Amino acid sequence: MAVAALFFYIFSALAIGSAVMVIAARNPVHSVLFLILAFFNGAGLFLLLGAEFLSMILVVVYVGAVAVLFLFVVMMLDIDFTALRQGMLQYLPVGMTIGLILLVELCMVLGTWVVSPEAVGLRASPAPALTDVTNTAALGHLIYTRYVYFFQAAGLILLVAMIGAIVLTLRHKPNVRRQSIAAQVARNPATAVEIRKVKPGQGI
Amino acid sequence: MEIALTHYLVVAAILFTIGVFGIFLNRKNVIIILMSVELILLSVNLNFVAFSSFLGDLVGQVFAMLVLTVAAAETAIGLAILVVHFRNRGSIDVEDVNLMKG
Repeated sequence: MAVAALFFYIFSALAIGSAVMVIAARNPVHSVLFLILAFFNGAGLFLLLGAEFLSMILVVVYVGAVAVLFLFVVMMLDIDFTALRQGMLQYLPVGMTIGLILLVELCMVLGTWVVSPEAVGLRASPAPALTDVTNTAALGHLIYTRYVYFFQAAGLILLVAMIGAIVLTLRHKPNVRRQSIAAQVARNPATAVEIRKVKPGQGI
Repeated sequence: MEIALTHYLVVAAILFTIGVFGIFLNRKNVIIILMSVELILLSVNLNFVAFSSFLGDLVGQVFAMLVLTVAAAETAIGLAILVVHFRNRGSIDVEDVNLMKG
């Protein structure tokens, strides 16, 4: 157990440290890289909690897709980031105040809170023992049976997001000549060939 | 030394606070604001998974997966809007977003 505790402290310290660097780094590219580090350590924490499937999903989805998306946007847009950092100190006091209030409130909630004895009886779907079935299989059994509509709704959300992103960013440049397949197919000899009589000694 | 549920909840609370603080600190930079929202959602997911693990109820992990889906969709749409806005205005300053103001 001591090893698990050690890894818990390592993962959480690295996650919190890199989260601080995400919001404090001067270069947004560094921010994205620290976000990746924070998500890796979050995945480690998930692994310690026994949620192996979510841990791997976190690495695949966030590090593989979302963070790369962020990197693309940061690098492709030519943004003057120094101008955007102006007035950062101006917001520091109010942000610090609200953050401290929030943290104190959360800690007060956590300090006085206990799990109700009836909570164990109210579980919607008790997790099977890890010796019987792995976490991934148990989760699969659950989302494809009882929560199949939620699973479909999640897929629908992703579809709508994909279509929305494409519609938002697609643009037609006016001066680009594109292939018009309908016009090509509709050609016939009458419109494609023109016959002219050329008199000798003259050009067209 | 046993790691209890409260340990995970404290880590999640700190991450949540950092995310909220990041939104206030980088009021002008939309990209950092989106990253802060991602941090907040990570902390929420950590709460879900911690409760799921310590209470032995798998539904928390199902819900965390749905949160992950929505977070990915939100990031894609947010960055698409950001790209369109940058094309129109040549800047991503949040304080420039007042086209609708009369």
